[in-house]
Amino acid sequence: MASTTAPSRNGPAGRQDTQPPPARPAGPVAWRSRLHRWDTKGTPYALVAPFFLVFAAFGLFPLLYTGWLSFHRVSLYNVDRAEWVGLRNYTDLFTGQVSHYFWNALLNTFTLGVLSTVPQLLMALGLAHLLNYRLRARGFLRTALLAPYATSVAAATLVFALIFSPEGGMANWLLGLFGAGPVHWEAGRWSSQFAISVIVTWRWTGYNALIYLAAMQAVPRELYEAAALDGASRWQQFLHVTIPALRPTILFTVIVSTIGATQLFGEPYLFGGQSGHQGGTDHQYETLGILMYDQGFHSSMLGRASAVAWIMFGLLLLIGLVNALITRRLRGSQ
Amino acid sequence: MTTTASVPESRHHAATRPSARAGRAGGQHRAGRIAHIVLALAALASLFPLYWTLVAASTDSHAVVSSPPPMLPGGNLFDNLGYVWHNAGGRGMGVALLNSTFVAGAVTVSTVTFSVLAGYAFAKLRFRGKKVLLGLVLSTLAVPAQLSVVPLFILTKNLGLGNHLGALILPVLVTAFGVFFMRQFLSQALPSELLEAARVDGANSLRVIWHVVFPVARPAMAVLGMLTFVQSWNDFLWPIIVMNGSTNPTVQVALAGLGTGWSTDWSVITAGALMGTLPLLLVFALFGRHIVGGITQGAIKG
Repeated sequence: MASTTAPSRNGPAGRQDTQPPPARPAGPVAWRSRLHRWDTKGTPYALVAPFFLVFAAFGLFPLLYTGWLSFHRVSLYNVDRAEWVGLRNYTDLFTGQVSHYFWNALLNTFTLGVLSTVPQLLMALGLAHLLNYRLRARGFLRTALLAPYATSVAAATLVFALIFSPEGGMANWLLGLFGAGPVHWEAGRWSSQFAISVIVTWRWTGYNALIYLAAMQAVPRELYEAAALDGASRWQQFLHVTIPALRPTILFTVIVSTIGATQLFGEPYLFGGQSGHQGGTDHQYETLGILMYDQGFHSSMLGRASAVAWIMFGLLLLIGLVNALITRRLRGSQ
Repeated sequence: MTTTASVPESRHHAATRPSARAGRAGGQHRAGRIAHIVLALAALASLFPLYWTLVAASTDSHAVVSSPPPMLPGGNLFDNLGYVWHNAGGRGMGVALLNSTFVAGAVTVSTVTFSVLAGYAFAKLRFRGKKVLLGLVLSTLAVPAQLSVVPLFILTKNLGLGNHLGALILPVLVTAFGVFFMRQFLSQALPSELLEAARVDGANSLRVIWHVVFPVARPAMAVLGMLTFVQSWNDFLWPIIVMNGSTNPTVQVALAGLGTGWSTDWSVITAGALMGTLPLLLVFALFGRHIVGGITQGAIKG
């Protein structure tokens, strides 16, 4: 234990030892042991303090402040004057003048989320399974799959915006090779959302594949051997050994991707160019993140933007709750 | 870092086991070939947009949108890079690159240092309220960035930090992810006996941290540092809000300016994308193996 240097200490549990030993010599030794006690008692708090200070100032305070602001009318250009409007910001969103945009953004967040997470995670699972084979050039393949992770939202989206450009874009050229007509990707609801989900999928599939791969390598080899002895094919092994063993990891990636999808912002913002701040010429790919930005920093309605932020927070809490329920259900069934 | 470990190789076992029929082994062989083909295609899909960024950035505004699209680099690369170097984001991409390096560097140093300290306390020290505090750290992981954007904007404006790089650093001086990551690492990698031995030798907390904790934490610090740098470098939402219209932007803000401006000279835009990505690709090329390890390490939560 920590304090065996002082011979007068009684017992090895010196760290929690608060009562003074009977015959403690006075003077520098006593001073040193008191210093020592402060050290062991105070140090843990000093070590965790920076995190909690930063969290209090830039996490908790803004969280509550956003809630307070969501009941006010606040202009972007006069941020110190907040006028109480009660639930107006919320009713505006749900049933009032911007409700059309709100429900549209909520639906888009959902459809874009499904389009960009479901294929992404399925592909990642398949790729991880293949990466788990004994392969040549294994290191190269892994690094290549992870390379998109190193690109930023901005760089990736700008390049894909060119690929999906209506004039001379590579996507339309490819379609042309197959005799299909050019698509105005940005203009359509589904075509634009498809293009955006391609960007998200491109950036994150390799990342998730590596997470799955790591989990797969932790699966005991004996399980595969036993399955192979029983005559299970590769595919059956994948279904009956790999997938069940990966369940917690799959759940983890589903949660992380869902949280990411709920906050989708950079891709739709930059994909739209001039109209990106409102999620397309017709708001056809406006997400909740875009709506918050547009309301707050284009329409100068910071209070309404705060209300959108709190609704997003509520959604995430709901997702967390569903997750907890599913986890418990899974645990119960095992 | 389990990625370098040997793979569970049922194909291998099936092939070497005498009971495995010959046809079966042949099938497994074919499976391996299919795996190679599919993975090669996936690698191509991952790398091609990067290559094509280079191609597009080396053409001119007409050639980049011609049909069929150019597949080989043209001769305009340095013209285009020079243009964004001098003009992107108002004062040029050079300034933006410096700003991003400064911001990401400061965030990385601070996050790694404070994460080691807090992670050590949560992993190895006993103190009242530890469980509650750790729970608090974990619960903050799920708070979305959007939630704090409006108040932070007001706060930075009142502090006179609008358009200031400090506004990008302060809120992420240390992150919940970093603390949790370090706690997970240190609770396994740091033997309690080592700490006790240091204590027996009369070392106070500072000496223990400096001479025992930091050296043990070094590999995890490298991983967390790279993940933090990548994340900070690529951060988008908050910089766009606090640096909007800034003449002293970070790379991402400068890129957004290229993409949402009136002109759509794609060869210039892709040159900007290339220039903004190159530093990270370089980091990635040098430390890619560690990043791979870090991702897998951070993902498997205990």
